Amino acid sequence: MKNNLFVILLIFLTACSESIKPVDTAVENQILYIGNGTEPQDLDPHIVTGVPESKVLMALLEGLVIRNPDGPTPLPGVAMNWDISNDGKTYTFYLRKNATWSNGDAVTANDFVYAWKRVLLPSLGSKYPDMLYDIVNAEEFNKGKIVDFSKVGVKALDRNTLQVKLKNPAPYFLELLCHYTTRPVHQPTIEAYGEIDTAGSQWTRPGNFVGNGPFTLDTWELNKVIIVKKNPSYWNNGVVKLNEIHFFPVDNASREDLMFRSGQLHVTSTVPPEKVESYKEKYPDNIQVDPYYGTYYYRFNTEKAPFDNKLVRQALSLALDRTLIVEKVTKGGQQEAFSFTPPDPNSYFPPTTLEFDPAKAKELLSKAGYSDANPFPSVDLLYNTSEGHQKLAQAIQQMWKTTLNVDITLTNTDWKVYLSRQSIGDFQIARAGWIGDYLDPKSFLDMMVTGRGNNQTGWSNKEFDNLLIAAANSTSQVQRFNNFYEAEKILMDEMPIIPIYTYTRIYMLHEDVQGWGNNLLDSRPYQFVYLENKK
Amino acid sequence: MVHSAPGGPFDEDKAVSPEVMEKLNERYNLNAPLLEQYTDYLSGVAVGDFGPSFRYPSRTVSELIFTGLPITFELAVYSILFALLLGIGTGIISALKKNTYLDYIPMTSAMVGICVPSIILGPLLTLIFGIWLEVLPVSGWGDLAGDKILPTITLGTAYAAYCARLTRGGMLEVLNQDFIRTARAKGLSETRVVLVHALKGGLTPVIAFLGPAMAGLLAGSFVVETIFGIPGLGRFYVEAAFNRDYTMILGSSIFFSCLIIGLNLVSDLIAAAINPKLR
Repeated sequence: MKNNLFVILLIFLTACSESIKPVDTAVENQILYIGNGTEPQDLDPHIVTGVPESKVLMALLEGLVIRNPDGPTPLPGVAMNWDISNDGKTYTFYLRKNATWSNGDAVTANDFVYAWKRVLLPSLGSKYPDMLYDIVNAEEFNKGKIVDFSKVGVKALDRNTLQVKLKNPAPYFLELLCHYTTRPVHQPTIEAYGEIDTAGSQWTRPGNFVGNGPFTLDTWELNKVIIVKKNPSYWNNGVVKLNEIHFFPVDNASREDLMFRSGQLHVTSTVPPEKVESYKEKYPDNIQVDPYYGTYYYRFNTEKAPFDNKLVRQALSLALDRTLIVEKVTKGGQQEAFSFTPPDPNSYFPPTTLEFDPAKAKELLSKAGYSDANPFPSVDLLYNTSEGHQKLAQAIQQMWKTTLNVDITLTNTDWKVYLSRQSIGDFQIARAGWIGDYLDPKSFLDMMVTGRGNNQTGWSNKEFDNLLIAAANSTSQVQRFNNFYEAEKILMDEMPIIPIYTYTRIYMLHEDVQGWGNNLLDSRPYQFVYLENKK
Repeated sequence: MVHSAPGGPFDEDKAVSPEVMEKLNERYNLNAPLLEQYTDYLSGVAVGDFGPSFRYPSRTVSELIFTGLPITFELAVYSILFALLLGIGTGIISALKKNTYLDYIPMTSAMVGICVPSIILGPLLTLIFGIWLEVLPVSGWGDLAGDKILPTITLGTAYAAYCARLTRGGMLEVLNQDFIRTARAKGLSETRVVLVHALKGGLTPVIAFLGPAMAGLLAGSFVVETIFGIPGLGRFYVEAAFNRDYTMILGSSIFFSCLIIGLNLVSDLIAAAINPKLR
């Protein structure tokens, strides 16, 4: 009996031991397998907000310019070239005549006017209309102050010429245009399944979707896979080498790790934090630690005692040993953050430093009126449930206890509770993180302007606000950055937030993947990616 | 009740302007008084309309349920078949070879099988067959050869163990009864006695167990679905709770309740049909 069972098991194992590794046959078929985080909510570029969605949209739609996979300057996309007026406020884009939609229609300047109108229409409820707020009257239109879209500064001069008028010179405008919110949509398709302002219609389904990107939507099985195939009518399809990309929704890091190790994925979206250390030794060719344009920080509720006192906030920051944190706690190649905006060696490099000085920290806390007789009250630190946040919170709790004898209670809640408690100000200290939407300090500093939705600290500073306005109106990049430097200094002195570290993107990459590139925003156009046997 | 959980369906890390939030609440009728929302919802449910999903704006709850259900159902059926095959087989052998090692070993394994939760068994099997031996895929459903094997075993093992113990118990009881002795006395082959005469009575407890087991498999499959990345209903259900997808939570709860009630009823009816004593 036992022998029989053993034989059956053997037969069964041999029967299924043909190659089950999809990556082994991928090079021949040029199929890229990507682990893509959570299941995309939708594929409408004007509705979605998440990273997984942005990765799929990168394949399906193309804007005026595209992200350079290797550097900061955007590359021409639908726009072949462009002129910028001397005052930096008027952009004229010349669209290629051979850019077409996947159904053969030409991509015209009007498609962009239509798409941007759609984003700005208040009735659509897009969550990223502010990406276009630099355009004349765009904000007013979006907030319903004007209803005539022709007053908004975007106009099709002819079929292939698009003119955009900005309220202030925005040197980062081309950067903004890499964002999926600014990509065009196919008007007849949108209107076949609803109105211009219908959110959640059926146009994003396979078979209905008409795009202008290097790939077209082939399959979308919920919680299973999204398959995109090479688009034969893409204007630059000569450079596209991949035939298909399969995006797998894998929101569980350990499963993604297993999938990578068993040859089911070429690229993962993350690496389980506890494995980073050992993978650096085991898979040095696969593990990628890329710099990332994001800051991990703690925010204070500056409207309530004790954090309405700047000295207290400064003291807590001084008591943090950031070097120890990145070396011993997070251990994923993160850099200590000494400013809110992450430094970009190619352009903006914030001048601020945040020291670790326990003696000074103690002094500031006693200056703020706390002593043995009047001890610092126990305060609450809020974070969303995750092992990484927990570990860091415990380390920081310990640092504050030993240096300042401050007691911190750790409170973890699920994601939605965590978000809602911050937005209504129901917290004392909260963990936070921000990834820039585009490569410019404005993407960070603008958040801290009085009353911005993501400020969430209650902090308000006139001088800071004015510097940001001055930056918006500066005509030269040098002058603009100087304003940002000053603003950054105020922020790091006032400390409504304490930056902790600059993010890194850690993921696994199969050695066959070529042309992957590396930029600070972890976004790469797939037309440049291909597979080649390296084993 | 769902509404009172802190956090709303539209809370995201990028704060949206109050105007946009207003539009979203309006679109999903969240500004109306609770009582009105409740009656609106119920009148929808009465005609089979569970409303749109909050998390997937272009999909309705019914669509999500019917995307996930066939997959969860398939997984449950495979698991129950696996459980029956393995469980009844081992149960019969144990009963026939009572108190020998052919009884002790399977029954001890069954006890272990019942005790090891799928959250441990799943990753363990994945590690052995997917990573070390590299013979089976670790994730997916219906894409790669053999990707349905591990989930089926993971989900079915505990039930197989139950089946084995129930079959053994049932068989032991039946094998001692007079009609079996008569059958043997008539000179029937042992195989026929066991498989035809004894098994019919011996399986009664297993059949009674099938209904609740099927319900348990359907409702409890989410752990296995998460481990193996299977796009079934269980995962939608759990994610809906995390995402505060109000309509999806309600819709799938109602759906699961009806399903479980239905399955228990069917199992009772079958039990009654097979065993006249129950009528």
